[in-house]
Amino acid sequence: MTTTYEPNVVLSTKEYDVVGTRPIRHDGADKVTGKARYGADYSVRTQLYGKILRSPHAHANIKSIDTSKAEALEGVRAVVTHKDFPSALEGDDAVQAMREGIMASGRVRFKGHPVAGVAALNVHIAEEAIGLIEVEYEVLGSVMTTQDAMADGAPILYDDLRTDELGETIEGNTNVAQHIQYSLGDIDKGFAEADVIVEREFNTATVHQGYIEPHNCTVDWNKDGRVYIWNSTQAPFDVRDQTAQILGLDVVNAKLTPMEIGGGFGGKWEPYGEPVAALLSKNTDHPVKIVHTRTEEFDSTGPTPGSNIRVKIGATKDGKFTAAKAYIAFEAGFSAGSVIEAGAQCVFACYDIANGLVDGYDVVVNKPKSAAYRAPGSTHVAMATETVVDELSKELGIDPIELRLLNATKEGTRRVDGPRFPRIGCVEVLEALRDHPHYKTPLEGPNQGRGLAIGFWFNAGMQSSCSIAVNADGSVTLVEGSPDIGGSRVGLAMQAAETLGITAEEVRPSVVDTDSVGYTAGTGGSRVTFATGWAVYEASQDIKRQMITRAATIWDIDADSIEMEKGVIQSKTNSELKMTFRELAAQLNDTGGPIMGRGTVDPSGEGGAFCANIVDVEVDPDTGKVDVIRVTAVQDAGKAIHPSYVEGQIQGGTVQGIGWALNEEYFMNDKGTMTNSTFLDYRMPTSLDTPMIDTVIVEVANPGHPYGVRGVGEVCLVPPPAAIANAIHDAAGVRLRNLPMNPGVVMNAIWNK
Amino acid sequence: MATVFVPALMRKLTDEKATLEVPGVTVREVINNLESEYPGTKDRLVDKFKIKASISVAVDGEISPMGILAKVGEHSEVHFLPAIGGGH
Repeated sequence: MTTTYEPNVVLSTKEYDVVGTRPIRHDGADKVTGKARYGADYSVRTQLYGKILRSPHAHANIKSIDTSKAEALEGVRAVVTHKDFPSALEGDDAVQAMREGIMASGRVRFKGHPVAGVAALNVHIAEEAIGLIEVEYEVLGSVMTTQDAMADGAPILYDDLRTDELGETIEGNTNVAQHIQYSLGDIDKGFAEADVIVEREFNTATVHQGYIEPHNCTVDWNKDGRVYIWNSTQAPFDVRDQTAQILGLDVVNAKLTPMEIGGGFGGKWEPYGEPVAALLSKNTDHPVKIVHTRTEEFDSTGPTPGSNIRVKIGATKDGKFTAAKAYIAFEAGFSAGSVIEAGAQCVFACYDIANGLVDGYDVVVNKPKSAAYRAPGSTHVAMATETVVDELSKELGIDPIELRLLNATKEGTRRVDGPRFPRIGCVEVLEALRDHPHYKTPLEGPNQGRGLAIGFWFNAGMQSSCSIAVNADGSVTLVEGSPDIGGSRVGLAMQAAETLGITAEEVRPSVVDTDSVGYTAGTGGSRVTFATGWAVYEASQDIKRQMITRAATIWDIDADSIEMEKGVIQSKTNSELKMTFRELAAQLNDTGGPIMGRGTVDPSGEGGAFCANIVDVEVDPDTGKVDVIRVTAVQDAGKAIHPSYVEGQIQGGTVQGIGWALNEEYFMNDKGTMTNSTFLDYRMPTSLDTPMIDTVIVEVANPGHPYGVRGVGEVCLVPPPAAIANAIHDAAGVRLRNLPMNPGVVMNAIWNK
Repeated sequence: MATVFVPALMRKLTDEKATLEVPGVTVREVINNLESEYPGTKDRLVDKFKIKASISVAVDGEISPMGILAKVGEHSEVHFLPAIGGGH
């Protein structure tokens, strides 16, 4: 590389004392020394070990279940089936659907669907026992893709499923759970105004979040009727609530303690083994621990949907987009809910297009129920839109960044789903991409190519709670309920420190159980630094108010005449009346007692985020293998509270995008069985497969947050597959429209060129 | 009056009109007034005293966590969108 450049750059627009610095994370020592306790590390005396029998069929009626041989095996303490759960009809439709996913009653709808659970003295006996359970199945026809599921005469997963169209029920048997539509302007007029129209079809394979730590739980059904759960989850309160609902318990009778979490990416938001372990515990009077194997993770926990997408965009000869149309069908898995809404809203979000029409379909298929995966739905649709935009740039002869800038969405742009954008950073991200040395650096060899793409994600707000207590030495303890996946403890501590005028090291953050903090929605939607950050800000402001009132009491002056800035409390009129935060903290217990602050929020104003990539690849013309040789990722963070962890998020998301682009897929046989359900065969990128991911953090402050924060954890996964597809085209002259683009696919495309 | 953007799949209830000027200072009032003019719309949007779980309401571009209780300004835009079920 001949050009000098900084591998990671922060384009700051506002400086603070603590925010924007890079202190050592509070959980760092525990994480790097192995002392951090994850779910599998957690053990309770006298605990038993649970295993789950899963369906070998993708779709079948259960004729009978005989557990007698398993129950007779020495060391087995309990066996449960659907009959041990509350009546299938107890609870509303959503609860019944959750219960059916946890344990099948009359029909299995995916390979891996739980059928029975066993508790035994050790995991080996439990495994032997589930092999002794005899289940008689009547195998049914199955569907694995949206195209198959929507075809005339397709096997139907639910006799009572009807298509919902925004509250209107469409009669007739179907596998389409939902149809949504967004319409803007006049689509026919828009295409009539176009000089160039490109329309293409895309398919993306089902892929898994691939977190390293599998789902696990230890559950103790106490004799007083209260259920205690220790597990790995992104959403302690939601999993607590759902587990209670599935078991027919009041929420007050369930407590969940989240352990450290080894990744989630959206896949750890729901209960899986928890209700089964609870019933096994209830039936044995012992705590029960269940830890998934990797195969169980692939077979039975939420992957991201496979998809079938058609995108059509028209443009004038000078590059202005006049109309855009999309058909998007997502695999929901065996139960409705594929986040089709988000995919349909994101598909054209990067562009200001006056005329648009988007149809989205949520389709049930015989696969595990899909779950969120970093910016769910947006990566799929970006693969389609950004490939079509690349084709348009070639056909129009316009630089791909300039074409995107010409049409870039900005504050006030009306999205295809209707609302106008608030202040956003799409233009700034594209400008930073254009100005980066990478874009001007020539490729160095044959068979190399460069591609780029941009993506959007909404981010989320939702509810968060926290409390902060002032210690006598001027430090504070911060109690919050957002499991820390990507460095959120330190990011939240820094916001408290900035607000109170102390250092990040003087704030001790703790993620606590569901009894010890108010409701906090899960760690997802890129929401924690934004929303729990808001709660921390409010709690810190609460402390400031109380500290000022206390100083007023001590000085016997009016509180309105006191201010607190940068950790110093002082009179506005008498310069001799001044105390540091630490000095006042030391006096609290003698002047009225301790001070605690609280913050509870449900904020909107999360702002959206954009991320763009430049990717260089080298394609081996003899094998089809694609090497990613250089990546630059540019992302708007609003304000990077801790730039190192923003960079880490961008780099991690980009690597996951490389895996999704080039290798990852559920490889299904004709019986609906995933045949690559281990990490040996499900190929995820390692550090040897990826170059250094250079990052540029753009800071277009979000007016909806006191420090300008936008979520950063998800949008980084959106552009890589499209950027890589465009780079492969640049290198090898072949357009690939299906994911993954593995060597066989690339080689076939080259042969067919 | 607020401008209500009628979802594409509900426009047969509003004579295919995509936008409507509707009075009201809360989303609840807007929906009630919409129902007066275009019967059947409320049933599509509201379940007892709440916006349906499958629907989000956006006021002036922001999804409101307050649902039908959200305040609506004189010149506000009101959108009814399919709720995003994931986003984790």
